[in-house]
Amino acid sequence: MVGLEHYLAVAAALFVIGIFGIFLNRKNVIILLMSIELILLAVNINLVAFSAFLGDLVGQIFTLFVLTVAAAEAAIGLAILVCFFRNRGTIDVEDVNVMKG
Amino acid sequence: MSADLTILLPEIVLAVYAMAALLFGVYTTKDKTAPMLTWGTAGIFAVLAFWIGFNGEGTNAALGGMFVDDGFSRFAKVVILISAAAVLVMSESYMAKRNLLRFEYPLLIALAATGMMVMVSAGDLIVLYMGLELQSLSLYVVASLRRDSVKSTEAGLKYFVLGALSSGLLLYGCSLTYGYAGTTMFEGVIAAANAEHISLGLLFGLVFIVAGLAFKVSAAPFHMWTPDVYEGSPTPVTAFFATAPKMAAMGLFARVVHDAFGNVTADWGQIVAFLSVASMFLGAVAAIGQRDIKRLMAYSSIAHMGFALMGLASGTAFGVQAMLVYMAIYVTMNVGTFAFILSMERDGQVVTDIGALNLYSKHEPLKALAVLILMFSLAGVPPLVGFFGKFYVLQAAVQADMAWLAVAGVIASVIGAFYYLRIVYYMYFGEETEALDPAMAPAQWVFLMASAAIMVFGVINLFGIEGPAVAAAAALVN
Repeated sequence: MVGLEHYLAVAAALFVIGIFGIFLNRKNVIILLMSIELILLAVNINLVAFSAFLGDLVGQIFTLFVLTVAAAEAAIGLAILVCFFRNRGTIDVEDVNVMKG
Repeated sequence: MSADLTILLPEIVLAVYAMAALLFGVYTTKDKTAPMLTWGTAGIFAVLAFWIGFNGEGTNAALGGMFVDDGFSRFAKVVILISAAAVLVMSESYMAKRNLLRFEYPLLIALAATGMMVMVSAGDLIVLYMGLELQSLSLYVVASLRRDSVKSTEAGLKYFVLGALSSGLLLYGCSLTYGYAGTTMFEGVIAAANAEHISLGLLFGLVFIVAGLAFKVSAAPFHMWTPDVYEGSPTPVTAFFATAPKMAAMGLFARVVHDAFGNVTADWGQIVAFLSVASMFLGAVAAIGQRDIKRLMAYSSIAHMGFALMGLASGTAFGVQAMLVYMAIYVTMNVGTFAFILSMERDGQVVTDIGALNLYSKHEPLKALAVLILMFSLAGVPPLVGFFGKFYVLQAAVQADMAWLAVAGVIASVIGAFYYLRIVYYMYFGEETEALDPAMAPAQWVFLMASAAIMVFGVINLFGIEGPAVAAAAALVN
């Protein structure tokens, strides 16, 4: 029997993978965008699992909002990335370093 | 239903205005309408600020309690709208001169302001998230407004990645809170989070939400995006980042910890106290080595957020009141300071190195005096208003038996005074260098002088903001 805790464990694992993807990735900005997407999907799994467990629809409505915002966020992120690529000619994470810090 | 819409009317007006103006901008002559739209947006902000400030009364909940209009949200909204209007007005000439005045700029600011107004009125986790994202998504775009510059797009990219990460943390916290409280409404969460018993899941949710919000207010150790974004963004955008979004994020912070977790003050109080100490010291120490005035202001804002969080950490109504007064003063000081930074240029080129201020007082005694007052006020030198803001939050910390926090605050503010005083030193006793251009746009001059005047004459009664702040804190904490 697959219970709530299994879903929460999967979501937590995805969340942690997403966080590590952002901090350990030294290669490509696109991978950062994928990691962000992974974090948001982990949250969605959490919300839907809780929603089913509690028998309360609000969690699924929240999920729909999160999905919509995630799409807008990805669009804006890619747009900024395209502008950055035009100026810099590369999207390597190591080259995002004109300013120190 | 119509009563709900009446409560939401300011937000609806602003959102509809932004969308109508966007259509207008696209269908007409595009960037030729930009100056008009900039002034129009600033005008709408000012009108809405007066409307909200003088018309609102009591506590009204709309949409079944998801949206709350009370004294606290009105105070925050007035500060947000007035500062956004001020930034728009003083940035017009700067942007026009550098071919940056696109019609999207005022509209994105209007959308961001809509998001901020929703944030400070949130009574539900979904509304909180939607408001926060509306604000953040608009800000990512304005940060990379100068799209042919490496620095500006890099600032936008960094802000986007770290902002999205912080939204993810916050959202994960929201999902845990929802699961363990069984509802997304703040009034349901506060019932589930009792002082005697708070479940581990709720505690995790609280920690993730606080971490996400700490990113947004740029509190250490979640501050790393701030200096780069401040340096890389066009200066008017930096001025905007330093004012309205900070107030909105602090407002949201206070709203969440008091409305949703007000029964477990001790649990979040220690986290906020840690954030406060870390921000104050990092802001004070890391700014010492900075030569770029925009980076310097970034660290300065980190330190100031530390002081504002000190008020919040006390967990009392007086603490919230101190935080609100502090934020209002901070925003006023920053509007004046950035009005001056916007005017810093030599032969028409933007200068941000603080060395350019050498012997500024010789060429421009009046403006140098105004900057001196603002720097002293930022540092918290006694007769000026900035001192009273610090005094307020220190008092709140002492009253809540957090004397150690107040002591740390005093030490950090003494360290931080060094870099403000260094700017004053350069202006009055520096070496001879090539002078900055004497020209300054009238709007910038007015805001610089008005801000400096408020810092001097505001000591009489803090311009009457204490009364509304008391009412606002009482509405939030009960």
